[in-house]
Amino acid sequence: MLPEIKKMSFEEAMKELEEIVKRLEDGRGNLEEAIDMYERGIGLKQHCEKRLREAQMRIEKIMLADDGTPNVEAFESV
Amino acid sequence: MLYLNEHNLPIFSVSELSSALKKTVEDQFSLVRVRGEISGFKRATSGHVYFTLKDQDAILDAVAWRGTALKFPFNPEDGLEVICRGKITTFPGRSKYQIIVDSMELAGEGALLALLEKRKQKLLAEGLFDPARKKPIPFLPLIIGVITSPTGSVIRDILHRIQDRFPSRVLVWPCLVQGEGAKDQIAAAINGFNQLSTTSGLRPDLLIVARGGGSIEDLWTFNEEIVVRAAANSSIPLISAIGHETDTTLIDFASDLRAPTPSAAAEMAVPVRQELYEKLVHLQFRASHSARKKVQIHTLNLTNITKHLKQVLSKFDEKNQKLDLYSEKLQHSVRLLMAEKTNTFQAISHKILHPKHKVQLMEQEAKNLFKTFKESYEKTITFKTNAFKQIAGFLKPSSIVNNIQKNHENLNLYQKAMTKNVSQLMKDKINITQQNAVLLKTLSYENTLNRGFVIVENQDHKTITSVENIKQNDNVMLRFKDGKVKAKVQ
Repeated sequence: MLPEIKKMSFEEAMKELEEIVKRLEDGRGNLEEAIDMYERGIGLKQHCEKRLREAQMRIEKIMLADDGTPNVEAFESV
Repeated sequence: MLYLNEHNLPIFSVSELSSALKKTVEDQFSLVRVRGEISGFKRATSGHVYFTLKDQDAILDAVAWRGTALKFPFNPEDGLEVICRGKITTFPGRSKYQIIVDSMELAGEGALLALLEKRKQKLLAEGLFDPARKKPIPFLPLIIGVITSPTGSVIRDILHRIQDRFPSRVLVWPCLVQGEGAKDQIAAAINGFNQLSTTSGLRPDLLIVARGGGSIEDLWTFNEEIVVRAAANSSIPLISAIGHETDTTLIDFASDLRAPTPSAAAEMAVPVRQELYEKLVHLQFRASHSARKKVQIHTLNLTNITKHLKQVLSKFDEKNQKLDLYSEKLQHSVRLLMAEKTNTFQAISHKILHPKHKVQLMEQEAKNLFKTFKESYEKTITFKTNAFKQIAGFLKPSSIVNNIQKNHENLNLYQKAMTKNVSQLMKDKINITQQNAVLLKTLSYENTLNRGFVIVENQDHKTITSVENIKQNDNVMLRFKDGKVKAKVQ
């Protein structure tokens, strides 16, 4: 996957993927462009998929130290 | 009326009585809560505030010292229905009593709503609620900061809803959500999250401030200026979810998005992971489908072009074949023609005599002719000579002489007569001739030409005298007195 794609937010990647799909569906442009777009689309899709796959619930709470600096510790839901 | 014990009553001085009253009143009413409407509110330069509490039938003077007045949860003003807590004191110097207020709260929903409206207008005028200040809520936040009570159903609902939709990292900032200290804790939490640096790995990219349902007083913390201002100034997008759908607090106007309930806030915070999965799969399907279609179209085009190219090439082959055929035919024809012409030539060339030979032949012919002529001539001469010789034998000179003499005499006679006649005739003829010459000259064509007439001749130099003898485009000769000119009839 391209490093620039790795840096993209989920939303940016999703948006570009949607644009690519629309352009592919328009059918304009030459074959090489279409193939390049398709490959980029697959990269974007993988990037988004990774973000979805790695999603994990993690709950912490802020605890203020005596001097007021915030620390985190696990939050036990009651 | 008779008062029997009149003389036993002790007699107080005014001061004594006033002091006794003061003691009694202050002991009896050392801590009271009294409800009334503020009237005549004044803040002295010292910072102490003076006002009157009143109801339908009575009034009560009230004072709040500077330290107390600063701690009022709202700005007291005339007309507000409040509950004041404090002690009753008397003021002997002026025969008055009053309440020294140590805390004040708003009395009743109407009062709260009036205050709320006033505060809302003030913050609105400051621009805290401007739509331009609203920040977009991130589509998929990495860290969600939740400011609420760490216990109770609100935090549970939020966490469960986030877990269900899109498991995420959540940072809870535990706070009191009502009562004393709540507003400060909540404002500190909002500010605290905003102060976390991006490099700390703790800074949320979305905040949720939440509280469950309750009375207007229960939710009052979220109408407090310090809370509303913190929310308005948050650089992290903030969703407010206070109470139920029908409850509106001022933080809702300052937040970037208002959720009707805490659960709804969680729904607004994160999308549904499963839906995104499905969307992704669908997008990939569409992309693959379109890309495949594109390839298919190009493949089809290529096939068609190849077919067409083959057709063109086959036409080319056809033409080539024809060309071969024709060139063969042509060669053949040329060979045939050559052979034919060669034969013809050879056939003719036999017949063509060399000029020398031809001359010889002609010479021979001439000689033959001459010989024939000579023989025939000689024969004729011989024949004529013999005939003459035979005729000559019959000739007698005497008769001839007589005849001659007689004829001679006649001749002389005739000659004389003739001479005479001829000279006369000559004379006449000369005269006539002279006359005719004059006439001729007058009538000659030259003279006519001199007069400007032209003679038209055809190519055979014959004079054309009628239009019937002339056609268009005939070449003619125009003869003038002094020369000829060629002309064409139009």
